[in-house]
Amino acid sequence: MTDVIRSTVTITVNGRSFEANPGELLIEAAERAGTYVPRFCYHPRMEPVGICRMCLVEVDSPRGATLQPACFLKVNDGMNVITDSEKVKKAQDGVLEFLLANHPLDCPVCDKGGECPLQDQTLAHGSGETRFIEEKRHFVKPVEIGALVLLDRERCIQCARCTRFAADVAGDAQIAFAGRGDLIEVATSPTQPFDSIFSGNTVQICPVGALTAKPYRFNARPWDLEQIESTCTTCAVGCRVAVQSSGNRLTRVLGVDSEPVNHGWLCDKGRFTLESIDGNETSNDPLDAASRITEPMVRRNGTLVEVSWGEALAEAAEVLRKASEVNGLGAIGGAALTNEGAFAWERLLRGVLRTDNVDAQYGDGLDAGLLQALPRATIDEASNARVVVTLTGDLREELPILFLRLRESAVRYQRSIVELAFGASALRSVATVSLPVRPGEAHFVAQALGDGALPLDVAFSQGELDSARELIGDGNGVVFVVGRPNIAESAEVIELAVRRLATQFPRATFLPALRRSNVMGALDMGLAPRLRPGRGFDAASTGRDTLAQLAALRAGEQSALLLLGGCLLGNVLDVVGAREALDKADVVVVTGHGGASLAYANVVLPAAVQHERLGTVTNIEGRVTAVAPKIVAPGSAWPDVAIASELAEELGQSIGLASVEQAAKTIEETTGYPALSVLNDSTSDGVVVGDIAERSARRPLDPMAFPGIRSTEAVGLGANAGTTLLSNVATQTSTTSATLGDLAASDKLEVPLADSYSLRVNLSRRLYDNGIAVQGSPSLATLKAVSVLHLNHFDLDRLGVTTGDVVGVSGPRGSIRLPVALNDEVPRGVTEIAFASLDAEGNDVVRPILDGGDVISQVRLESA
Amino acid sequence: VATLTAPRIVLSRLEHADSHTISRYLATGGYDGLRKALTMFPEAVASEVDQASLLGRGGAGFPAGRKWSMLRKAPISYLVVNGDESEPATFKDHLLLERDPHQLVEGVIIAAYALQVSAIYIFVRGEFALGLERVQQAVNDAYELGALGPKIFGSDFSVDVVVHPGAGAYICGEETALIEALEGKRGFPRIKPPFFPAVTGLYGEPTVVNNVETMSNLPWIINNGGAAFAALGGGRSTGTRLFALAGRVNNPGVFEIEMVKNTFRDLIYDPQLGGGVIDDNKIKAIIPGGVSAPWFGPELLDLPLGQDEVAEKGSMLGSGSIVVMDETTCVVRAAWRITKFFARESCGQCTPCREGSGWIERAMYRMEHGGGRLEDIDLLVDLCDNIAPGLTWPPQQTTICVLGPSIPSSVHSAIQMFRDDFVEHVENGGCPHD
Repeated sequence: MTDVIRSTVTITVNGRSFEANPGELLIEAAERAGTYVPRFCYHPRMEPVGICRMCLVEVDSPRGATLQPACFLKVNDGMNVITDSEKVKKAQDGVLEFLLANHPLDCPVCDKGGECPLQDQTLAHGSGETRFIEEKRHFVKPVEIGALVLLDRERCIQCARCTRFAADVAGDAQIAFAGRGDLIEVATSPTQPFDSIFSGNTVQICPVGALTAKPYRFNARPWDLEQIESTCTTCAVGCRVAVQSSGNRLTRVLGVDSEPVNHGWLCDKGRFTLESIDGNETSNDPLDAASRITEPMVRRNGTLVEVSWGEALAEAAEVLRKASEVNGLGAIGGAALTNEGAFAWERLLRGVLRTDNVDAQYGDGLDAGLLQALPRATIDEASNARVVVTLTGDLREELPILFLRLRESAVRYQRSIVELAFGASALRSVATVSLPVRPGEAHFVAQALGDGALPLDVAFSQGELDSARELIGDGNGVVFVVGRPNIAESAEVIELAVRRLATQFPRATFLPALRRSNVMGALDMGLAPRLRPGRGFDAASTGRDTLAQLAALRAGEQSALLLLGGCLLGNVLDVVGAREALDKADVVVVTGHGGASLAYANVVLPAAVQHERLGTVTNIEGRVTAVAPKIVAPGSAWPDVAIASELAEELGQSIGLASVEQAAKTIEETTGYPALSVLNDSTSDGVVVGDIAERSARRPLDPMAFPGIRSTEAVGLGANAGTTLLSNVATQTSTTSATLGDLAASDKLEVPLADSYSLRVNLSRRLYDNGIAVQGSPSLATLKAVSVLHLNHFDLDRLGVTTGDVVGVSGPRGSIRLPVALNDEVPRGVTEIAFASLDAEGNDVVRPILDGGDVISQVRLESA
Repeated sequence: VATLTAPRIVLSRLEHADSHTISRYLATGGYDGLRKALTMFPEAVASEVDQASLLGRGGAGFPAGRKWSMLRKAPISYLVVNGDESEPATFKDHLLLERDPHQLVEGVIIAAYALQVSAIYIFVRGEFALGLERVQQAVNDAYELGALGPKIFGSDFSVDVVVHPGAGAYICGEETALIEALEGKRGFPRIKPPFFPAVTGLYGEPTVVNNVETMSNLPWIINNGGAAFAALGGGRSTGTRLFALAGRVNNPGVFEIEMVKNTFRDLIYDPQLGGGVIDDNKIKAIIPGGVSAPWFGPELLDLPLGQDEVAEKGSMLGSGSIVVMDETTCVVRAAWRITKFFARESCGQCTPCREGSGWIERAMYRMEHGGGRLEDIDLLVDLCDNIAPGLTWPPQQTTICVLGPSIPSSVHSAIQMFRDDFVEHVENGGCPHD
């Protein structure tokens, strides 16, 4: 949309003329026309620097043909280029020989051996013999430059891909060059390790074996690896990944260069969480999130014992049937499911068990009906938007790759970000305007963005409000990114804010920023009250959401609970209330991972998890992509579609879903929601619901840019790649979606007055939380967030404490002691604490002192 | 015998021990040039410099007037003075910085007025402790005098100067690396295009980068007129110029002489200048313009000291540093030492320079210290060719900046001119001079 119509230029490469786009880099234009210029430092997702000099080609200039780097030169009309002359060959061979001069000959023990751009280019262009007889340079190796990355400086060829990624793409300039001449080295500062949450990307794009990732190091040889392409479901961004295994053991996850989503990048959590799926056999306690559930279990005399599937299914069916007969049944969870799995459970719950008490969220998200009613934006649209307005927590912590996309939009393309800043945020430094918003204020800040009147007692000025309003204008070309920044604040605050924004700026669009894996798919498959499969909505139906179900269980109005996933207790704010509810309930848990909630289970059914199952998933923008199994699930774990189907049979009915393909076909046929056609096309970037005609072309895989990723041909996949039969997909969903008018919501919200002795609590999400991915992955477990009270210096001064001091914290349900830290990104009068973080003793102490009973949560602090 | 009729332009105060003080400077016509310039239109000042045909004295010899005329018109622009003189055998700016800092400061203010820049940065090599101190003192004195700051000498022109010490990298003498360093970054030369800081320079704004000696000529040019400057010298090489003479001469040092009117032989042998070769030895080779220049044999001693005259013979007058090697000099050792310098100072960005310099240095070390092989001689030439394809002059380059093609100059010259010496080193198992 921002692209202007432009003419092309004609350039000549090796005597052949073709059209190129003005301003296009020569290396790209030549490649499109079939002439591949060798390269090392050039990476298509970063600005060129032209330093390795491998891509020297002859270009006509006023001074005759000169050698120039194709990666840095922009094409212009009439440009005449020669890439195959003797002169070019000698220059390129010379560069390659220079690169090899100091490069150690340790390929046989190097992790990169077999997929190494330097090795490959040497094989293709290099001389068979070395003329270098001098002593090679020596460094101590390897150096641990961060918690996950090791650096071998002897292997480094100084291409600056890693340093540029860290500084330019991630904004974490923690590695840089030091030294001169051939002793130049990549180095960290003595006081600041390379602890970027994006550090794994530097390993992936390193064109030699200089950077290695601790979890993969010496784990496998590339030629032993098998690969499938899939979607990462660690969060809801939906990054495309290449999942690799050696035998039935997951070894590595690499980012695939998906144009609409991740551009090849991944966060370290998504990249390294594979340890939680297999290879981690440290625990077999079902209550431990680090353990895998591999066999069906039922509770006998107070303990869970392994039984056959038949026995477990019979017992589960009995529990659910008994409860459904007295209408006291419900289901919570489902975000970890595929769309097919979610659809199968929805059919079982609504169709067989006749309950509308279903909710894939844990009271920590947003009203699913509201999200359905909003005009939606894609990630690309948000990244290309004139102005992006964020109502989220720190996106770097919540949806890391969305953060990278928005950061690039601001830094590289100078687009504007208006941030409703609820606490510390990595976008702050690149945002044009940041309006600090305290708990319980978002809805009237949203109002103010519309009417321009500065509300009483906010933490920003009229001038700041005016600059935000000036950028937003009438909302045309504006994308609002809406999430749930503060778990300790009722969802109603953000929901009211969003409704006001949608009303005031009807031309703006919205990108939901819900965080948990396939939560968008689960909701689109109807796993929320009033929602129906295929992004449908039934205003007439009633059902309890998660918080209502827990309350009903406590009150004895509901007796049984089906948990789709084992992490309820890790995710609700009112953990005390949830325990009480579970205590009173008959509980059936379907999960692949252990968890505290299993302590209350009557029956546990083992399910296949990420990288073990086939299906489709839906990301935050509504993009449906295929996930594929790379390994076989351990023990007796089944895919969810099979579990739901068998349970239905056990209940004496059929849901008609014999397989995942059958489920996908049924979804597509009955609702028009893309499923089977995406499943058949496992190496594409999928389709966006409601906009299936928009398909983006993959750029051809360049092993120099993405070493380690096999082409789809090489791994025997992709027979159907890029050939989704659009005619198979209905152009519109056949179900009726919610509109804002359907949501009979009040425009009033009673927020309790802030108590001047208390601090309002902002419980914000951290990437390395206490969830399954982190607990189950030894490499990530050490990075787990620690409970610290982040405070503005005004509040620190008022209490007379400084960073590191321990203070007493009193909430409605008790008192704890925690250290404080200075953080002026936190508004005055607020304390920001990482949700699901642990104190020094390893206990989650914050949630138990809060009750979630009010719209906002407050605590009092006492020094000494 | 040299022609020494031209006035001293930049070294006029050198006989005074207190030449660096404001009192001496004012007593010898100091700031007259600036006062005069301020009465002229800026364009007229620039036009005088253009008429003087003053060639840049940093090494590339680009006409200062033309460089100024390329300055992109913009609300903010900068003047940067390159005082990062760091090359072995080059020591002329060193003298100007220490002995006549006021002349530099006055020249800089004149240039700033002519260009109407927003600010001036004087980048001085970090190791020049005394020079830095004296330039800073001169700047302080100029502020006190009213020659810097707001409303200079009561005019409407205001400008400020920042003196910035380098941190010990030769590469910061490359103007774009210097700009990076000024911006607080690592001194990596910027890739071209954009080719000229005059379009995109410091902080992305148009910037003129001039050498210390170039700037030091300006007070005289304004006082005496561009035409008077242009009347000295010959051809494109006008005025006088500083030559730093080093090596096997009786009287090494910095000499200011008229360009073109004198030859290399005049400079080396005139009793008032170089005073001849030590022990009356025969000259084996000279480096005509700094250690990045290809060498000349004794047959070219009668070449006039002019930019184009030297360029025509396949080398450069460069920074005006002339090194004399006589028959006692080991050319292999000389070339090795020069390469060692470049290998240590390569910024490390471009592969051919980073790896090529280290490789050549190590091979040259073997050659000099034992372990050289006959095949190393051709290998060295080929490695040189891989850094500067064709080994032509001016060189083609495979690197971002000209440090790359500077590496092969001495090694290739030495092999081309004295191949037998290399063979002798190989056969002798090391240097026969030891």
